[in-house]
Amino acid sequence: MFKNFKCEVVYNLWLREMKRFVRAKSRLVANIAQPFFWLAIMGMGFGSTMKFRELPPGVDYLNFLVPGIMGMTLLFSSMFAGLSVLWDRQFGFLKEILVAPVSRLSIIGGMIAGSVTTGLIQANLILLIGLFFGFRISHPAALIPAMIIMMLIAVSFTAMGIAFASKMEDMHGFQLIMNFVIMPIFFLSGALFPLEGLPSWLSFLARLNPLTYGVDGLRALLLGLSHFSIQLDFSILILFCLAMLGLGTYLFKNCEL
Amino acid sequence: MDAITVKNLTKKFDDLIAVNDISFTVKEGEIFGLLGPNGAGKTTIIKMLATMLKKTSGVARVLDWDVGKNPDEVRRSIGIVFQDPSLDDQLTGKENLDFHARMYGVRKKIRKERIEQVLNLVDLFGKKDILVNNYSGGMRRRLEIARGLMHYPRVLFLDEPTLGLDTQTRRAIWEHIIKLNHEEKITVILTTHYMDEADFLCNRVAIIDEGKILVVESPENLKNMMGEDIISIGVSDGEAFSKKLSSLNWIQGVSHGDGIINLSVKRGEEKIPLLINFAQKENLAVQFVSLHKPTLEDVFIDFTGRNIREENGSTKTLIRDMIRARTRK
Ligand SMILES: Nc1ncnc2c1ncn2[C@@H]1O[C@H](COP(=O)(O)OP(=O)(O)OP(=O)(O)O)[C@@H](O)[C@H]1O
Ligand SMILES: [Mg+2]
Repeated sequence: MFKNFKCEVVYNLWLREMKRFVRAKSRLVANIAQPFFWLAIMGMGFGSTMKFRELPPGVDYLNFLVPGIMGMTLLFSSMFAGLSVLWDRQFGFLKEILVAPVSRLSIIGGMIAGSVTTGLIQANLILLIGLFFGFRISHPAALIPAMIIMMLIAVSFTAMGIAFASKMEDMHGFQLIMNFVIMPIFFLSGALFPLEGLPSWLSFLARLNPLTYGVDGLRALLLGLSHFSIQLDFSILILFCLAMLGLGTYLFKNCEL
Repeated sequence: MDAITVKNLTKKFDDLIAVNDISFTVKEGEIFGLLGPNGAGKTTIIKMLATMLKKTSGVARVLDWDVGKNPDEVRRSIGIVFQDPSLDDQLTGKENLDFHARMYGVRKKIRKERIEQVLNLVDLFGKKDILVNNYSGGMRRRLEIARGLMHYPRVLFLDEPTLGLDTQTRRAIWEHIIKLNHEEKITVILTTHYMDEADFLCNRVAIIDEGKILVVESPENLKNMMGEDIISIGVSDGEAFSKKLSSLNWIQGVSHGDGIINLSVKRGEEKIPLLINFAQKENLAVQFVSLHKPTLEDVFIDFTGRNIREENGSTKTLIRDMIRARTRK
């Protein structure tokens, strides 16, 4: 299965994604503006007016929010990158990609490489903004495992986006996915509120949500505050990532033009 | 080995049978044309051969690789210019070509050379660093073709390659296709609406209508099948002239129009001097002469029963129109 995996092809698709990323300035601004507003308005607004009884003393809401918003940024940018297969289909460039004598696996590899790079750039920009607002990283060395968590989140949701895009004929399904997949995953991930003391149905849904473990892992590493053990976070993320890679590759291989 | 083998190939879209049980082969080194009106099924055939679309039934092979069972091997042997747009308009022209060359494993040194070569071919060298988003429609089309001609595959599919291009560019592209065919031994399968294009390029053409192949022949044979050339002649006294014509046994048919006499003859170009001499001997002044040889278009109309741009009209009236058109020219 991996014998046809070509790094040149991965590089080629990655390079294309980088060029597009650098050129689409408005996209970058939009991608950063939204999380920025979440941090600035929600973080400051709720943080200064409300007291979350589940937060330990010394951790204010803004600190709590930063890893959550990083998770959100990764979720959005990765899903969009995966779903951009739809745009490529619409504008015809997918034909050029799929007819080339390269394995589907290398193509997916290239798309994911591009998406992970742009996702990490954006998530780290959010982290920088967070630092500016007063966020403090518990220990600098924790940044490295945190990067791995970010990568796992990015890979998983890019593959999920590719899987959806492979099954959709046109762009009409995009709004549905936005409203019924991306938004619920975000709201139910514990990005915005602590998981302690939730009503049981909400807690149940949050535990089903893979992003929950990503956000929890980031929070554990960057803030030293977590709901699950870091081992559990990693295990679930890795499993989810493999499952999405399998699904994305399978569906993408079988998609028609 | 045949470059393309198609046997009883069928493609259905729900109720619509887009390609209906067709069979043909293309020999290696051939330039083969698919000719047919809109919706005939040309693109569908090419898409199946290029592994972009699954067939409903039948056999389709490219260089003996089955398109369903060995799509990777097929993709490794082909190149294609699509009918629909397939450029990334957020990249520059050169970047689109570079992307293509890398996908097809063209080595770095050759890559630069080829990019330059095809950019010059379609006269886009000066625009190479502009985003495709800012290209005109014709420039985009030219870039698509340039891209398709960049790596040298064994079998090249061109789906209406020169649609909407200016004459000069078309000529340059035709010559390049012929050069690739001769020098690189590339087999070419092209679809077109332009009869002159098929006539100029193709060793053989298949005329397709409503998913069926009506005939596969060389353009010459097809034109010969249409029979005689038509000479239209005007002389000072048409009545007298046409009466006298009956003494010439090489004239196979005569018809009159307003002051024009139409003669059907074989090898018309040789008959024109004879006719002029004949008229002079009879002391009649020749006012004009024109020759119309059957074109591929005539053949096409004859087989499909309609003009390539028209969708309706009965066969009979159209053949009549055709004859009228032929004699008028
Ligand atoms: N994806 C599809 N779904 C349904 N019908 C389709 C699809 N693709 C093509 N068709 C139908 O199949 C028929 C043949 O289409 P095709 O594109 O092969 O025609 P064509 O010969 O290439 O025509 P043109 O000269 O206009 O390019 C048409 O009636 C078209 O509507
Ligand atoms: Mg077509």
